Amino acid sequence: MSKLEAPRKRPRLAVFKFASCDGCQLSILNLEDDLLALGQALDIVYFPEASSAMNPGPYDIALVEGSITTDEDAHRILTVRQQAKVLITIGACATTGGIQALRNWADIEAFKQAVYPRPDYIQSLSTSTPISEHVHVDFELWGCPIEKGQLLRVITDLVGGVQPRVPADSVCLECKRQGHVCVLVAKGLPCLGPVTRTGCGAICPAMGRDCYGCFGPSEGARKGPGLPPNTTSLARHFHDELQLIPVEVLRRFRGINGAVEPFRNESRVWENKR
Amino acid sequence: MTSDMHGILPKSSLQRLLDVLSVRGYRIVGPMVRDGSVVWDTVRSVSDLPIGWRDQQEPGRYRLEQTDSQEVFGVVHGAQSLKQFVFAPREPLLQIERRKEGFTARPTLPQSEKVAIIGARACDLAGLTIQDRIFLNDAYRDPYYASRREGLFVIAVNCTRALSTCFCVSMETGPRARSGFDLALTEVDNQLLIEAGSEAGRDLLSNLSLSTSSEQLSVEAATRIEACAQSQVRRLDHSRLPQALYEVHEHPRWDEVAGRCLACTNCTMVCPTCFCHTVEETPDLSHQQTTHVRLWDSCFTQEHGYIHGKNIRPTIKDRYRMWLTHKLASWIDQFGTSGCVGCGRCITWCPVGIDLTEELPALLSPGIQSSTAKRQADGNSRRVEG
Amino acid sequence: MVNPYTIHPATIVQKIQEAEDINTYRLQLVDEQAREHFRFKAGQFNMVYVFGVGEVAISIVSDPDEPELLAHTIRAVGRVTKAIAGLQQGDVLGIRGPFGQGWPLEEARGRNVVIVTGGLGCAPVVAAIEYIFKRREQYGSIKILHGVKTPHDLLYRERFKSWGRFPDTEVLLTSGQPDKAWHYHIGVVTELFERVTIDPGNSIVLMCGPEIMMRLGVPILMRRGIPETAIYLSLERHMECGIGLCGHCQMGPYFLCKDGPVMRYDRVAQWLGRTGV
Repeated sequence: MSKLEAPRKRPRLAVFKFASCDGCQLSILNLEDDLLALGQALDIVYFPEASSAMNPGPYDIALVEGSITTDEDAHRILTVRQQAKVLITIGACATTGGIQALRNWADIEAFKQAVYPRPDYIQSLSTSTPISEHVHVDFELWGCPIEKGQLLRVITDLVGGVQPRVPADSVCLECKRQGHVCVLVAKGLPCLGPVTRTGCGAICPAMGRDCYGCFGPSEGARKGPGLPPNTTSLARHFHDELQLIPVEVLRRFRGINGAVEPFRNESRVWENKR
Repeated sequence: MTSDMHGILPKSSLQRLLDVLSVRGYRIVGPMVRDGSVVWDTVRSVSDLPIGWRDQQEPGRYRLEQTDSQEVFGVVHGAQSLKQFVFAPREPLLQIERRKEGFTARPTLPQSEKVAIIGARACDLAGLTIQDRIFLNDAYRDPYYASRREGLFVIAVNCTRALSTCFCVSMETGPRARSGFDLALTEVDNQLLIEAGSEAGRDLLSNLSLSTSSEQLSVEAATRIEACAQSQVRRLDHSRLPQALYEVHEHPRWDEVAGRCLACTNCTMVCPTCFCHTVEETPDLSHQQTTHVRLWDSCFTQEHGYIHGKNIRPTIKDRYRMWLTHKLASWIDQFGTSGCVGCGRCITWCPVGIDLTEELPALLSPGIQSSTAKRQADGNSRRVEG
Repeated sequence: MVNPYTIHPATIVQKIQEAEDINTYRLQLVDEQAREHFRFKAGQFNMVYVFGVGEVAISIVSDPDEPELLAHTIRAVGRVTKAIAGLQQGDVLGIRGPFGQGWPLEEARGRNVVIVTGGLGCAPVVAAIEYIFKRREQYGSIKILHGVKTPHDLLYRERFKSWGRFPDTEVLLTSGQPDKAWHYHIGVVTELFERVTIDPGNSIVLMCGPEIMMRLGVPILMRRGIPETAIYLSLERHMECGIGLCGHCQMGPYFLCKDGPVMRYDRVAQWLGRTGV
C-alpha cells in the first residue's frame, strides 16, 4: 500500500457497445450508490448509454459490450483497442459471441430473407465472434448480463494498480456456500451449474431453476485434456439419467455461450445422436 | 444409565422441549422442508418440522416423499451437515482500515449465539467431533470456530431408518449417537425416548419433569436402532488404510473415475468434515477499507493446487485422487481418524452419482482393471492376434 | 485467545533490488509490542499481506538474532507479489507469523554442513547461513553449492563472496547458461557434488530450490553415503493460512505450513515427484 498519494488524475473510463442488448451497460447504471463512487474514482468520459458527453480517447479503461457481427464493427474495435490502455470485455456477447452466435450454425442469408422485406439493406457478417478474436483483450467479464459486483471488483483492482481476478470455479461452489438445495439432484433438472463459471451468485438455483450457463464454462474458454469443465460426463448424465433426448442435450450447451469451445464441442457431439 | 439421564417425552409434548429451550435463550434450528429437501432453519413450533416426510437417497438423486405417518424425524438428512454452524461458509476474519501510519486490522469475531440444533444424526456428531479436532485442538485454535461452537446445544436423533447411501455402521459412527450431544432422542411411535449426554443436557432434562423411561421403551428403541444398523448394505472397508490407498497412486481406476467426475466441488461442500477454505479480500473503490473474508474452498478448484505459475493438480484425476486419498487415507495420519463418517452425502449430492464406497474397492483390487484400461488391453491383444 | 489471523502492519525500511523482478524488503513491525514478541527460526516464513490484495507465504531471509528488522526476498510473479513490487520504502505491508518448522541448526551443531540451493531457492536458507557463520566455531566444514540458470539469476553475489572467506568454508557457484563474464562452474548444481569432499557420516545437508533439483540431487548424495535422515529440504506448496487449517499446502499426510516447510528427506521421500501430490 502506498502512503498518502498526491491526488493524481482519475483514470479515464470509456464504455463501448457492439452487437448486444445493452443489458451489461445497464448493469453499470444499476450500481446505484456505487455508481457515485465509481464516478469519483474514475472519470467517465465516454458512455453513450448514460451521457451525451462523448470525449475522445485515449482511455485508461475501455469496457466493451457486444460481439462483432458486421464489417464496420470489425474495424471499429481496432480503433477502440488503439485508444485503450486496458480493454475489458463485459458480458457473454463480447467475451464469447453471445446468443447471436447461434447464427454461426445457421444460414444467415435465409434469416435475412425470412425476416426483412429488403434483405439487401442488411450488411451483416455470417458469424458473431468475441472481441478476443479481433484484438487483444486484457480482461474478460463473463455473464448475461455481467454481475455488477464483479465489475466493481475488477475496476477497484485496476484503480489500485492490482491485477484483477475473478473466480473461475463452478457455480456449485457458491450455490452450496449459500445453502441452496441442488436442483439437479433433488428435482432432476438439467442444471449446468457443475460446468459453469461462478460469479452470478447462483441466482437461478436459488430460485429453484436450473443454471443455463450464462457465465460460460468453468475454468476458462479453452479446455485442456482431462481438465474441467467435464461437459462430457454431465451431458451423458442428462441423457442417460435425466432422460433428455439428444437435441435437448445439444440445446443445453448451445445457448448464450454456445460458441465458446467447451460448450461448442459438447453441443457438436450431440448433433448426430438420435 | 441413571434415571436423571433419560426419560420419556410423549411426542405430543415435544413443543415443551422447544419452549424450554426458547426460554433459556436458544434459537432453535431444525430440519425444514424446502425445495425438495430439508435445510436447517429456525424452528418456532413442532409443526415446522418435516412431520410425515421421508427422504429417499441414491447416488446422484434425492427425493422427499410424504407419508401418512406422524413421524417427526422421518427425514434422515439433507445436504447440510452441522459444518455451517461452526465453520461458516462465509466468515469475515478482519476488518482492515487504512490509516496514516499504514492500516489497522480489527478481528471480526462472530458473536457467540446460543443455537439449539434438533435433529442432528450420529454421523453429523462424528463430523462435528472431527471438525473440533481440526479447528480447536490442533497446532492453532481457530477463534472464529470456537466462538460459534461455544453456543451450540445439540439434540441428536438416533436413526431408526437407514438410507441406501448410509454406511455409518462400517465407519463406526452410528446409527446410535454415542457422544458429542447434549440430548438424544429416539422416536418410537408416539413417544420419544430422551437421554442426556452432557451436563447441560442433564440440567435441561431435569427441568422437563418427564416420566422416567420404561425398560420396555428403551429395549424397543435399541431394537429399532439395531434393525437400522442391520439394514445398512453399503459399507466401506477401511481396514487397510491409509497405506493401501497410498500404494495405488497410479491405478487406472483414477482415470476412469476422472472421466465421470465434474470437479464441481459438491462432494466437498456437503462433507461434514471437509475444512478447506480460502480468503477473499474485498476493498472498497477508494481503497480505504477492506474485509478479509474466509470462504469454503475445495480441493477440486483450479486455485487449490496453484503455486507461482504452476498448478500442482491441473487435471480432474489429480483432484479426485487428492480428495479421496486425503479423505480416506492421509486424514488418518493427520488427525488419527478417517475423514469419512459414512453419512453418504457425497454419494447423493454428486450430480453424477460417484460413489466412494464403489471407488475404494475398485482402487484396491489389483485384479480388476478399469474399463478404460481394460478396453485398451483388449485392443492391444486384438492387435497382437491380428 | 490469541487470534492467529491478526495481521500486524510493518513498514518497509529499505527496498533493495536484487534482480529485475526480485527485491529484498527490510521490514519493521509498526507496533512496538508486536516487534518485541516477534522471534523466528531460520527457515520459517511469514504471511506477507498487501492492503486490499491479500497474503502470500514468504520465507524470512534475515538473521534470527535480529528479529526487530525482518527481511524478505520476493520475486514479483503472482498477484500479491506483483503488488508488493509496486511498494516503496516507507510504505506499509502486513505481517502474520512466523510459521512453520525451520532448519535443524541445533542438530547440525558440531557437524559439517552442506548447503545445496538453486535459483531463488537460496532465500529460505540464507537465514540459516547467517546463523551458522555467527557461530562459525560451533560447526564443522561448511560447503555452499549454489546453482542458477543464468548469471542474471545470481542473487546475493556479495554475500556469497563474503561467506567464502570464512575458514574451512567452500562456496561453489554454477550456471547452466553462463555468459562470457561468468568465471565459476558451468552446469547444474548436482554436478558440484563431485567437486567437494563430503564426510558422509558427519554431515548434514540443507537443500532448497526447485523440487526437481532436490529430487535428482538427493539420490546422488545418498550414493555418497549420506543417510537420508541427514538431508533436509525446504518445500513449497500453495499456502493461505499458515496454520494448517486451509488445506492447500498438503503433501501426502503433511501440511507443509506447519509440519514444514523444512522436512527431513526420509519423511517426504515417498511423496516427492508423485504427480498431483
